Amino acid sequence: MNSQVLRGRWGYASVTDKISDLVLRRPTHWLWALGFGIAGTLTLVLLGGMVWLFAVGVGIWGVNIPVAWGFAIVNFVWWIGIGHAGTFISAFLLLLRQKWRNSINRFAEAMTLFAAGIAGLWPVLHLGRPWFFYWLVPYPDVMDVWPQWRSPLVWDFFAISTYLTVSLLFWYVGLIPDLATLRDRAHGAWRRMVYGFFALGWRGEARHWARFESAYLLLAGLAAPLVISVHSIVSLDFAIGNTPGYHSTIFPPYFVAGALFCGFAMVLVIAIPMRRFLGLEDFITIRHLDNAAKILLATGLLVAYGYAMEVFTAFYSGDKYEIAIALDRMKGFYAPVYWTLLFLNVVVPQVLWWRRARRSVATLFVIGILVNIGMWLERFMIVESSLAHDFLPSAWRPFIPTGWDWAMLAGSVGLFALLFLAFVRVLPALSIFEMRELVEEEKEEAR
Amino acid sequence: MSPTPITRRDFLKLAGAATALATGACTAPPDEIVPYVRPRAIADGIAQFYATAMTMQGRALGVLVQSDMGRPTKVEGNPAHPSSLGATDVFAQASILELWDPARSRTLRHRGTPATREALVAEWRSALAGLEARGGEGLRILTGYVGSATLRAQLDGLARTYPAMQRHEWEPLHRDNSLEGARLAFGRRVDCAYRFDAADVVVAVDADPLGEGPGWVRHARDFASRRAPQSMSRLYAVESFPSITGDMADHRVALAPAALERWLAALDAALRGEASTPLPLVEAAAHDLLAHRGRSLVVAGEGLPPAAHALVHRINARLGAPGATVSYLPAVSDVACAESVAALSRDMRAGRVQALLILGGNPAYDAPADVEFGAALARVPLSVHVSLYEDETSAACAWHVPRAHYLEEWSDATAHEGTVSIVQPLVAPLHGGVSIHEAVAMLGDDAASPRDGVMRALHLEGAAWHTALRDGVVASTAPAPLALTVRDVAFDPADVADGWTVVFRPDAAVHGGEFAPNAWLQELPRPESKLVWDNAAYVSATSAARLGAKSGDLVEVARGARRVVAPLWILPGHADDAVSLPLGYGRERAGPVGSHIGFDAYPLRDGGFAWSAPCSVRKAGGAHALVTTQLHTRMEGREPAKHMTLAEALSAHSAAHAERPVESLYPDWPYDSYRWAMAIDLNACIGCNACTIACQSENNIPTVGKEEAGRGRSMHWIRVDRYDDGPTPLHQPVPCMQCEDAPCEAVCPVGATVHDSEGINVQIYNRCVGTRFCSNNCPYKVRRFNFFHYSAGLGERPVEGSNPQVTTRMRGVMEKCNYCLQRITRARLQADKEGRRIAEGEVVTACQAACPTRAISFGDLSDPASAVAQVKRSPRGYTLLEELNTRPRTTYLARVSNPNPQAANE
Amino acid sequence: MAQAFSARALLFTKLAALAIAGLLVAGAVTAYEHFDGPYRVGDAPPQPIAFSHKHHVGDDGIDCRFCHASVETSSFAGIPATQVCMTCHSQLFTDAPMLEPLRQSAARDEPLHWTRVHRLPDFAYFDHSIHVRKGVACIECHGRVDRMPLMRREAPLTMQWCLDCHRDPTPHLRDPSRVFDMTPSAAVRVATGVPHEALASRRRLTDCSTCHR
Repeated sequence: MNSQVLRGRWGYASVTDKISDLVLRRPTHWLWALGFGIAGTLTLVLLGGMVWLFAVGVGIWGVNIPVAWGFAIVNFVWWIGIGHAGTFISAFLLLLRQKWRNSINRFAEAMTLFAAGIAGLWPVLHLGRPWFFYWLVPYPDVMDVWPQWRSPLVWDFFAISTYLTVSLLFWYVGLIPDLATLRDRAHGAWRRMVYGFFALGWRGEARHWARFESAYLLLAGLAAPLVISVHSIVSLDFAIGNTPGYHSTIFPPYFVAGALFCGFAMVLVIAIPMRRFLGLEDFITIRHLDNAAKILLATGLLVAYGYAMEVFTAFYSGDKYEIAIALDRMKGFYAPVYWTLLFLNVVVPQVLWWRRARRSVATLFVIGILVNIGMWLERFMIVESSLAHDFLPSAWRPFIPTGWDWAMLAGSVGLFALLFLAFVRVLPALSIFEMRELVEEEKEEAR
Repeated sequence: MSPTPITRRDFLKLAGAATALATGACTAPPDEIVPYVRPRAIADGIAQFYATAMTMQGRALGVLVQSDMGRPTKVEGNPAHPSSLGATDVFAQASILELWDPARSRTLRHRGTPATREALVAEWRSALAGLEARGGEGLRILTGYVGSATLRAQLDGLARTYPAMQRHEWEPLHRDNSLEGARLAFGRRVDCAYRFDAADVVVAVDADPLGEGPGWVRHARDFASRRAPQSMSRLYAVESFPSITGDMADHRVALAPAALERWLAALDAALRGEASTPLPLVEAAAHDLLAHRGRSLVVAGEGLPPAAHALVHRINARLGAPGATVSYLPAVSDVACAESVAALSRDMRAGRVQALLILGGNPAYDAPADVEFGAALARVPLSVHVSLYEDETSAACAWHVPRAHYLEEWSDATAHEGTVSIVQPLVAPLHGGVSIHEAVAMLGDDAASPRDGVMRALHLEGAAWHTALRDGVVASTAPAPLALTVRDVAFDPADVADGWTVVFRPDAAVHGGEFAPNAWLQELPRPESKLVWDNAAYVSATSAARLGAKSGDLVEVARGARRVVAPLWILPGHADDAVSLPLGYGRERAGPVGSHIGFDAYPLRDGGFAWSAPCSVRKAGGAHALVTTQLHTRMEGREPAKHMTLAEALSAHSAAHAERPVESLYPDWPYDSYRWAMAIDLNACIGCNACTIACQSENNIPTVGKEEAGRGRSMHWIRVDRYDDGPTPLHQPVPCMQCEDAPCEAVCPVGATVHDSEGINVQIYNRCVGTRFCSNNCPYKVRRFNFFHYSAGLGERPVEGSNPQVTTRMRGVMEKCNYCLQRITRARLQADKEGRRIAEGEVVTACQAACPTRAISFGDLSDPASAVAQVKRSPRGYTLLEELNTRPRTTYLARVSNPNPQAANE
Repeated sequence: MAQAFSARALLFTKLAALAIAGLLVAGAVTAYEHFDGPYRVGDAPPQPIAFSHKHHVGDDGIDCRFCHASVETSSFAGIPATQVCMTCHSQLFTDAPMLEPLRQSAARDEPLHWTRVHRLPDFAYFDHSIHVRKGVACIECHGRVDRMPLMRREAPLTMQWCLDCHRDPTPHLRDPSRVFDMTPSAAVRVATGVPHEALASRRRLTDCSTCHR
């Protein structure tokens, strides 16, 4: 089959022009402005929610005793999940020499960064006294006390901060050559100053390229294991707990698979409109979407296996509390959530067995959205239903979200969109230099 | 205000600024020290205890009140007082909040506008001068039951000055029926003092001696003392509403009021060996009673008519109960409340009342509906109401005088069995209120100081007075039991008409309505339904089905023209065809906390039908959000609360419960000193909630309000779970289990909950950041979280009134039971200073101290001789959720019931 | 094409970057400086009466307990009531203008309002009596009050500082009979030997629940 991405239609110059013009020349599209406006409004909602939250307390959410963890944790796990695909694509696929990745890694990494950043916000908002969040950091203080290392929340702190740092570096290093390109093409001193500042004086010498390549590769090697570690550790926040429905050894792989699943779903949800509006059909081709869809299908099957195993182990273990929670999910207060998420995450992706579905942009877009919703519901089901129905019947009580819960969830989606829309305006959404490489290599292949 | 690290850290203030502004938290106290001008004998920082007594319906509960730097902060029972023996009820515990309640009346008012005491006295004196000629005719005084010799003396004094003056008495929860019944049986009104410790067999007919009314605390103690399997008594309960007594019974039958009378009649017949009856349990109960002559007892509830009470007196006489299991003492009152208040109202309407002095009470709200007291009150030229709050009656009277709280006044009181005790002030009136005695003195021109008045009335002085003052009781003042001969009285039970019967009940928390302004009591889950901040129309599931209504639906209960709309609540164990309405709600003027909540059942209640009446019930359409703290009352086969029959209890042997080695990945904690532990005997626990509210008072636990409680955010450190699907209703107090391998400790990222060297799982508020992981990981769900800044909320004690030994928690931190750490610390420091170990019984937790039945034992496990160590060796002992291997320090003893083999088939 | 940055611009940029870093460090340091309370260690806040411990303790040799009467029995050492001061000052310095507030207090029956020097947060429960009983001398925390014309705070009173002693009390202990002695512990211990007073276990002393509840 034709392994080519660009089909020889593009040369060095045209690629560079095309992508850099997205940033430097392209006038603001009214749709972009509209999206930016909506996203901005939602972001303000989030900020408003945060002010009110800090002012009066986490009581504005639906959290209660026994369900002391609410949307904050659900959203945290969800966003972290979304923040997986990017680094996975860049690092893993780079190491695996999957050239086609070159045209999607840049924005996928941006997505990762924004998602992981937003995810990092939630645990802080979640705290009863958020202004003391830094007590999870080990530092010598006047109280002579340290974090309690047996708590997965402390590991979590390190997992997330490490992941964020490495992702950021990886993304930034990858940007340097392109920043230089923009610096050289930008008009107006300011733009050139700014791009120039971040380009760190890149001059594209052979020496630069050599060091760049090795640094990039090293970072990729560093980032790859983190993709696995971060969500495994997030999953320990639950697996370590003794709550029936949390206390399960399958969680780490199950969570990682889930993360990639909704991560790739989000890649589709973003790539499809982007290629349409920025006219990138030649760079992000049907073949990319097809590959992404295949990964979606594969990870979807892993997640399905996870669901099956959860139920199986519950009954196989014979533990009356595990069985009770398994049955409660199917028949109890949260049954609608359970069955919906099973449909969205297990049934819907099966469509992707058909090549036509994988190559239908609309279908992929819809599936992407549905899977993201499904995965959010999965996290909701794990976090809330388990707590609402644990050991002592006298303590059973469901969690009912308040308006603030929903508002702040919507707000975080808004913030994500805002950041991404800003990104496509100020930075090359695709990696210029890697596209040039692609041009070169495909020439080779062509000969 | 809550202390927080923020006050200490300037730069963190910035971060918390928003919080500070919005919640008023973290405002630093002024950096000042203000010493006394004159030195004091008592060193600051050391708590003092003073004996006094709290009176309800003319009968007193002796208490010891803790005073910190002159501020009353906690109420304990008085071990020397016969009605208390060291225990308290929820009302005594909550009275400390009542004292500090900012909503209490502070100003003397004339028709709503502030006025001076002089003005009142002047008007009163001139009015009386006018009446003097006719010997004070037209002067009336309305009181509740008078349990105070001082007040009796004062009133008699007035009566001498104004021979034509008339006195009236009204208690909403009066004892007209029983006192009239006694008159029928003995020719005189007498009160009964029961001795449940001497009773092998007890039959309670529509009575709740273990949960309500004068002396119930003592009754519960005595009853519990006979529930140990070795010498276990047997209790039969026949009632319409599932009361605490019913829950504790070995046999219980639910019958509508009319049927209850038939049952009683049948019992009498059976005891006389007459024709057998189809009614359940009669035969068995009768045989049991007869088989234990002299050690058996029948108790009749206030709801039964006088003739039924007379019949019960006759039955008890035949059983040889008098002198053994029941003794008679002079009645608290010789006045029939219903008639008395009706007469007063008649005279008021007829304009025969010129001056009316109302000492306490709230008749405008709770007098019988047919009396229309409030309306009549308007016809009285000069009416004066002395009360704690500006209530419905204050509004209807010309004058309102702020009353002093019982912790602010000198007085005296009478125990349920007649012992006299002294009421002494713990603090000068906070809001300048006057005691009832001062009010009478003020108006009657009596110069004597209230203290001298009490001394005079009790004929006490010198050493005797001081001893009595210290002990809280006046030695050997209990009247000798009256020897009475019972006469035959014909009793024909009301015939059971079909249709509904409405039953009026005192509310378990706001009682007759006088405690409506008290947030602690409002938020105290009702023992039978776990409802808070509301009352409801209780019916059985069958009756509800007949109405086609479910819990929360509004129903209309009507008696002729008078009707009440109330939310329905389905109560397992309630009698069919009857609807129970708790009194005391729907108050108009009960302060910001108690006003306009629940429904007022008094409009359906009149003099003739004080406790039950035929009525009609229909679905009213619409619903009301009732809030319960326990949504699920079935055990789902998990048996958190265990139950066994007497046979099983006696055959079970400790070996079954011997401590077996437990596998754990964590190394055992080394203990070199004390190992604190608690055991809770479900067989003794009657579910009265005294522990819950005592804990609330001791540990500065805030209330959260109805909406928050509905969200599952109640803050009680020790909750009483109730399960309905056991062989008998089971109550289970659940405090923190203080696990050896505590799931909470492992997951806190900042180490805010840790294991201390004495095995207590302590919560460090100032370290807590509020991840709430600990609560998730707690299998017992005993952790409580400050979702908002509750401690600054409505109806809380001002900081002066709260326990200075316990940190007030700010919002965002987790809290929970810590075995009253402050009490342990107090004892440890004392012992340490004296170079000795803490003695057995030196540390008593708040819940343990308050418990009327001594269900809670606490102490040092490292001393095998300690009470708690011995209790834990009981064959009935078990661990909650033992399979989780958390190895709690708090364990339970299974509930035992002692069914009558003969009645087994019934 | 022209460079985005001239050589000088480049220099400035680098310097700016350094400056920002410097400012951050400085900020952190100042924050740390203000960690312990409104008054710094060593500050002597103004008082309604310029009461001199130096004079009363150092020169007159009045025992601590004369004024701080409940130090051996209560958590609170006690601040002398106006009348306690008047026991002497009804005779001595009766017209000293400095003592006017005292006389006013006595005459008007209104208490004096001293400024707090040693203040712990409300969630830290300190008990004087047990420390005194165990042989922790006044000067261990309050310093040489006999040399303070105006009361000042010698110790930071941070949790760290408390723990230093609770983790290793021995160097700070002396014969309980000499806790009110103003001579440094080292000297006293030489004189009387290390006290054999039974202490609670080290673990007990460092339990959170020992000071917090």
